[in-house]
Amino acid sequence: MSSSPPEAGALPAVTSAAVAQAPLWQAAPLTLVLLGFFVFPLLATAVVSFWDYTEYALIPDFTFRNYHEMFQGCADFSAGGCTTLRTYLSTFRLCVMVWAITLVLGVAVAYFLAFCVRSDMLRMTLFLLCTAPFLTSNIIRMVSWVPLLGREGAINRGLMQIGLVAEPLEWLLFSEFAVVLAFVHLYTLFVTVPVFNSMLRIDPRLLEAARDAGAGFWRTLWHVVLPLAKPGMVIGSIFVIVLVMGDFVTVGVMGGQQIASVGKIIQVQMSYLQFPAAAAQAMVLLGLVLLLIIALTRIVDIRREL
Amino acid sequence: MDRPPGFWPLALLFGLFVLFLYGPTLTILILSFQGPEGGLTFPMRGFSTHWYGKLWEGLGVVDIWAAFRRSVRLGLVVMVLTTLFALSAGYAFRRRFRGQGALFQLTIASLIVPSIVVSLGIALEFRLIDDGVKALGEAYGIAWITEDYATAMGLFTSGLGAHLTWTLPFGLLIMFAVFNRFPGNLEEAARDLGASPRQVFQHVVLPVIAPSLIGVALFGFTLSWDEVARSSQALGDLNTLPLELQGLTTTVTTPDIYALGTLTTGVSVLVIGLAFGAIQLWRRRDRRLAGREAPTR
Repeated sequence: MSSSPPEAGALPAVTSAAVAQAPLWQAAPLTLVLLGFFVFPLLATAVVSFWDYTEYALIPDFTFRNYHEMFQGCADFSAGGCTTLRTYLSTFRLCVMVWAITLVLGVAVAYFLAFCVRSDMLRMTLFLLCTAPFLTSNIIRMVSWVPLLGREGAINRGLMQIGLVAEPLEWLLFSEFAVVLAFVHLYTLFVTVPVFNSMLRIDPRLLEAARDAGAGFWRTLWHVVLPLAKPGMVIGSIFVIVLVMGDFVTVGVMGGQQIASVGKIIQVQMSYLQFPAAAAQAMVLLGLVLLLIIALTRIVDIRREL
Repeated sequence: MDRPPGFWPLALLFGLFVLFLYGPTLTILILSFQGPEGGLTFPMRGFSTHWYGKLWEGLGVVDIWAAFRRSVRLGLVVMVLTTLFALSAGYAFRRRFRGQGALFQLTIASLIVPSIVVSLGIALEFRLIDDGVKALGEAYGIAWITEDYATAMGLFTSGLGAHLTWTLPFGLLIMFAVFNRFPGNLEEAARDLGASPRQVFQHVVLPVIAPSLIGVALFGFTLSWDEVARSSQALGDLNTLPLELQGLTTTVTTPDIYALGTLTTGVSVLVIGLAFGAIQLWRRRDRRLAGREAPTR
């Protein structure tokens, strides 16, 4: 990700002081919204994570109680570790599976759109076809799997009819499988869009040159296309990882409220009004996600240096 | 015909992917017309609008139509504010100003910080505000606070803010893409002819970027209309439609939830269609104006 804002079609210098101040005023609404509903909330979370609490009140304090309770028993592996650690590991597992699948699928779809479709009109139409579901409800798109995956669902019926299974498969819905499937369904486009964007910038003559030099499909893909599409892949990965790490909705609906996730812990603690405990969880999650993002952007920059 | 390498396997994969994307949605579209005896899965037992009728009467304890109206109202407000704020900020970013880099990074951060963290933060912020207001009310004996004040949280305070932290980054990124391709010489020409900054904006910039603004508005409405994660902790007592839907997924066992799902998707599709229609109309108007003026130049 670029850290400096793009300066689009810079205008010539204007002398008047009032006009020079104009960008500040123009950016003010955005700045105020982000201050009021993003910066202050995060600060409040950081502060409250060190507060004490009772069943009905928050008590301003400076205590490590919430962090301490979070990691209580984490070093004791004989008991299977602590809930926090187990939850993070299970969330992380989900994250890696979803990331791997969405990355491969997203790159394949983007490759098809960018290099296999010749007419620009058709390319844009197919691209919109892939992205339009982003503008519809995630919840509905999850619910849509019920008639297909359920015990009585279309897939189980089909499998039983052709005699592949005697009993309906139980793990199709309200399971880790269902959660991963829904994530892939919802988030592949977060990889496709930035990778497609990167691939469109690749000069087609590079591919021709690779082919003329005798490289086959896979070698061209590995040595030409993927290195040039890497910025898109990193941006897509960041989206997918963040969305899965913080998720509680998909895990809740598709996992039948059975599967643990970090986001779900926060949500449950909120519902019991344990705000400081939830705040501490949120801070740890935020720190971990930021580390992951930094690591990802590092990988790319280092390789670009080499 | 000479196809690029890997064409057929990738074309097949692409076809399956589109089926994967749309298949489930089409399934519930079909099942929403289930006969009165039908259940949540195939086979169809007749074909009726029975479940839409049920939906019209409301779904049990949940006042689904109140939630529907709330979501529409909030979506429209988010749409208008997202368009205005993103346009204004996008315009600002074309020149240098203090804190430019920080504001850009903050906007990106707002996009990628997990929604549950933002939602929790907003809930905490408003909880602290409430505690502060109540303390003030008691300290100074302000009657309406001690008697009536409950919370500052609500659809158009914390809820609106939560949605804007999600829609504005998308809006700003779209504006960047738009202004990156904007022909700057048009503005120079207008200025050379003596146009004031306001005139340049109104008569040169705005007509050119209008179709993209419709795109920003489309994102603003649909993202708000479907938002769950950021709203979840930040709305107070009254839920939006997608949040009610989330609750219904665990309790409803009849196809009326498919009817509601189809209706919700229908609203999104309608809005997407309206946006594309408006963009097409605008482009046609542009071409017509260009055609009329061309011979005289």
